[in-house]
Amino acid sequence: MSEAAFAISRDRNDARTEPRWVRALLIGLCILFLTVFIVLPLTIVFAEAFARGGQVYLAALVEPEALSAIKLTLTVAAISVGLNLVFGLIAAWAVAKFEFPGKTLLITLIDLPFSVSPVVSGLVFVLLFGGQGFLGPWLQDHDIQILFALPGIALATTFVTFPFVSRALIPLMQEQGTAEEEAALSLGASGLQTFFRVTLPNIKWGLLYGVLLCNARAMGEFGAVSVVSGHIRGETNTMPLLVEILYNEYQFVAAFAVASLLALLALITLIAKTILEGQLDEGRQTREH
Amino acid sequence: MGLTLTWLSIIVLIPLAGLFLKSFELDLAQFVDIITSRRTLNALKISFGLAFLAALVNLVMGSIIVWALVRYRFPGRRIFDAIVDVPFALPTAVAGIALTTLFAQNGWLGAPLAELGIKVSYTPLGIFLAMVFIGIPFVVRTVQPVLIDLDPEIEEAAASLGASRWQTVWRVVLPSLFPALLTGFALAFARAVGEYGSVIFIAGNLPNVSEIAPLLIVIRLSEFRYADATAIAVVMLLVSFLVIFVINRLQRWARAQEQAY
Repeated sequence: MSEAAFAISRDRNDARTEPRWVRALLIGLCILFLTVFIVLPLTIVFAEAFARGGQVYLAALVEPEALSAIKLTLTVAAISVGLNLVFGLIAAWAVAKFEFPGKTLLITLIDLPFSVSPVVSGLVFVLLFGGQGFLGPWLQDHDIQILFALPGIALATTFVTFPFVSRALIPLMQEQGTAEEEAALSLGASGLQTFFRVTLPNIKWGLLYGVLLCNARAMGEFGAVSVVSGHIRGETNTMPLLVEILYNEYQFVAAFAVASLLALLALITLIAKTILEGQLDEGRQTREH
Repeated sequence: MGLTLTWLSIIVLIPLAGLFLKSFELDLAQFVDIITSRRTLNALKISFGLAFLAALVNLVMGSIIVWALVRYRFPGRRIFDAIVDVPFALPTAVAGIALTTLFAQNGWLGAPLAELGIKVSYTPLGIFLAMVFIGIPFVVRTVQPVLIDLDPEIEEAAASLGASRWQTVWRVVLPSLFPALLTGFALAFARAVGEYGSVIFIAGNLPNVSEIAPLLIVIRLSEFRYADATAIAVVMLLVSFLVIFVINRLQRWARAQEQAY
């Protein structure tokens, strides 16, 4: 690089950066804020969980109540993620590959559960299925239990996690357009073949990304599930609800032990998310070349 | 397409419509009575007021964080970038008990603060901090892609025309980030207003002082006062709709601005 070019390039850098003390101040504030609000709370979960050693920690996790909560959480997450996976695919397909009136409205509606308070999300199901609700009397007559049982918890969780999969897929599918599908169809592939051989491989990372976030939220949902679960111990308590109960009973080690599992899930989700974002970027770049 | 609508209706639309239908069982006078009762009014004030303040803090701190993460290189930057999403991923109940323990009077941060005479846990200040926590990712993640894509030549042009660095940031960079900043603010606000899990542990939940609106809904439900719960929920839902509407407008505005360049 000639000296003149070097001088220019330094100049360019100087034009887009701040004095040293400003940089130090902003970096300092960033690190301080994230440490206080994120690193410390995460650390304290594990510190409290292991406050009385590994044995007490493990004992808290193999309590029958804890085990049943873990089982219920896994079941609910499997149902909600499964339902939203199928729906998310269909919804994203409809929005990304077709033009129709009211599309913006549909996207807004799909996003709606993100901005509704979780408590309100739970409440709507109580109003539908509760004893004083619209369907309550009919359900009672037919002896169908939705509220304060697995179906209610799964429904509320599905509501809350509704947008994740489609949100992850819509931009990706829009970017990819319909050219490849049209090519496959014109070469004689059936609709299903096109979907499984062309569309699905193209969106696999995005799909995984959506499922990952959906799952994290499904396992961790508290407000909505708290309203519909009825808090029947050993029966309708998910892990987050058990955390609340144990904490309110001053069983701090047990509460933080269960909480640490959920925190671990969150951390694994974030790591997987970072890796997947790398994959998605790579896919985008190969498409552009 | 039809399937999308059917599924959307079953899971989202019908339940929400049910909420509004239920609220129509009340006449207007009853509705107004419930909403303007002292306890409800205070709960709404606490939720909306503190959420607004928390979103403001998120706006300022989020801008600083996103600037540091995008523009500077420092050790641990990638890790700090990744953990910005923790409030999204960490179950709210876990965040709630962690923050409460951290800021309790004998906690790691609560103890030094208590010596300064500042009580956090079980006060409105605690609610505020929990709301700040929950809102961190919104401003950062909405502004980050815009700041990364910002054309460097605009800043260079400003500088070459004699603008100081401060003028360039204030008059050139900030206006192009403005729609994203406002969107992030609105999202953080909406989330904080409705937040339940991370707030109730640290709040103390004293009626009229530190009781948030979502908690009051839960309390009314447990007392089988469904009408009261529904009325409060309708108010909160209407605000959610308003926020969504504003965000949509903002995004349209941002796109229009992009095209203007």
